Amino acid sequence: MTAVRKMLANWLPLYAALYLGFLYLPILLLPIFSFNVSAVPKFPLTGFTFKWYESLPRTPALIDATWNSLIVGASAAVLSTILGICAARAITRYRFAGQRPISGLIMAPLVLPEIIVAVSMLLVLLQLGLSLSLFTVVLGHVLICIPYSVTVLISGFEGFDRSLEEASADLGETAFGTFRRVTLPMVAPAIISSLLCSFTISLDDFIIAFFLTGTDVTLPIYIWGQLRFAAKLPSVLALGSLLLVGSLLLLTLAEIMRRRAERRTRNAGGGVFV
Amino acid sequence: MTVAAEGSPSIRASAGQRRPLLQSEQAKGLALISPTFLYALVLLAVPILVVIAYSFWTQHYLTIDRTFTLENYRIALTEPIYRDLLMRSLYVSLVVSICTVVLAYPIAYFISFYGGSHKSLWLFLITIPFWTSYLLRVMAWKVILGYSGVLNSGLMGLGIIDEPSTAFLYNTSAVVITLTHAWATFAILPIYVSLEKVDRTLLEAATDLGDGPVRRFLRVTLPLSMPGVISALMIVMIPTVGDYVTPRLVGGKDGVMIANAIQAQFGKAANWPLGSALSVTTMAIVTAMAGATVFILRWAARRAR
Repeated sequence: MTAVRKMLANWLPLYAALYLGFLYLPILLLPIFSFNVSAVPKFPLTGFTFKWYESLPRTPALIDATWNSLIVGASAAVLSTILGICAARAITRYRFAGQRPISGLIMAPLVLPEIIVAVSMLLVLLQLGLSLSLFTVVLGHVLICIPYSVTVLISGFEGFDRSLEEASADLGETAFGTFRRVTLPMVAPAIISSLLCSFTISLDDFIIAFFLTGTDVTLPIYIWGQLRFAAKLPSVLALGSLLLVGSLLLLTLAEIMRRRAERRTRNAGGGVFV
Repeated sequence: MTVAAEGSPSIRASAGQRRPLLQSEQAKGLALISPTFLYALVLLAVPILVVIAYSFWTQHYLTIDRTFTLENYRIALTEPIYRDLLMRSLYVSLVVSICTVVLAYPIAYFISFYGGSHKSLWLFLITIPFWTSYLLRVMAWKVILGYSGVLNSGLMGLGIIDEPSTAFLYNTSAVVITLTHAWATFAILPIYVSLEKVDRTLLEAATDLGDGPVRRFLRVTLPLSMPGVISALMIVMIPTVGDYVTPRLVGGKDGVMIANAIQAQFGKAANWPLGSALSVTTMAIVTAMAGATVFILRWAARRAR
């Protein structure tokens, strides 16, 4: 009996370490090969170089794609967070009939194959006579970002002590004043965390952008185009490593914000989006 | 003042008789959620209904014939090419979801039972890979599994094989490995959450009543964490059936899945009704498969208890 427990205590950490290796190995390979002299990504490494990184700023198409991605990401983040605030606030603050089906629909993009979301939006947008552009990509990204925003925001809004709002109202603050001076400061970290999560999702998304964009490309679409040429692989790896570092910084920031929010609202529990 | 009044539990308890108050809570909640709801309605629910409508129509070059027909479904279900793609997609999503959950369970168990004060650090470490670009992760697997890739050069360096093997890349197993890696986080988190909810005193009770660790796990921990296992399976199985990038990049000729056919119908082939029928069929079948899996697991969990 204790033997089994001892075995578990010994083997589970080892398994956990191996599993983390499995999770991180592919991701760590990108930066390793991006500094490799040879254009073919294989071991043994042939030498250290910055040349793949140096070629990046000299590629106008890449610069354009980066700008497009930043604009799309920022717009999608702001819109999905605003819509997320509405939903999360309604779900945590009020109880109303139809809450379950409505939140079910809002969260549905999380469990639908992205390609289904993409093609159905494509059909309708073209029917409406909208021409495909970065704007339609933003529409799609907002849709897939909302579930994440809502989850992050709900965990920020829950456990939030409602008596503080009541005290503020009792002391004569208007509804708007209460929101701005009491509610907002308490939920600000959750809002920032939602902005960062949606931005990252939009920045990484390929399928929605692939179907809904016109002639303007976003970064993942640019990368997809480059993948056809074996000679371009090292530059793509360099670009990928930069994106990796960027995402990592944003997420660490989002996590710090989320924890601060958690401490502030004294709400223990949950991971990044549970 | 009404804002404050609604919030206090004592008043809400007596609100049973006071309908106006309840209605105003109802109205406020609906009003607040309506922008998000309308957005999802217009850009998700309506489009999906339109896709369903399209699947019953016919494409004549540039025009759509709107007479009702089941022809698209006949093609989707009986043409060998689509039938094979559909079967392969379902097979891949089933295998991927089972592999992901089986591999994820011990990790979730470890974090929940042995994580100690580092639980949130572990969860953070688990979620980071999910946030890195999907496209880049798939590409990384291509680099690992390729002919001159990391795995081949590594195995040759160790003297295990003499020449590079082509067996790793461009087949269904490459797709399964890549997807299992890509969806790991989605499986770990729901299982972890349900393991956290397992009442630890029940485990002590089982031990006191003479259950060994294995029996205790099978009869208490596993059945109680079943909701997490089920949602992990769903959250992996349904989206992976429609994956496009992985089959295109690492699947090769033998790894193509239904999403690639759907994309072709909406792109080059320009047959929207057929593309719609393929989408609807895929969704319907994967939902049925998911439902059957849930049913089997619930039945098994009941039997175990």
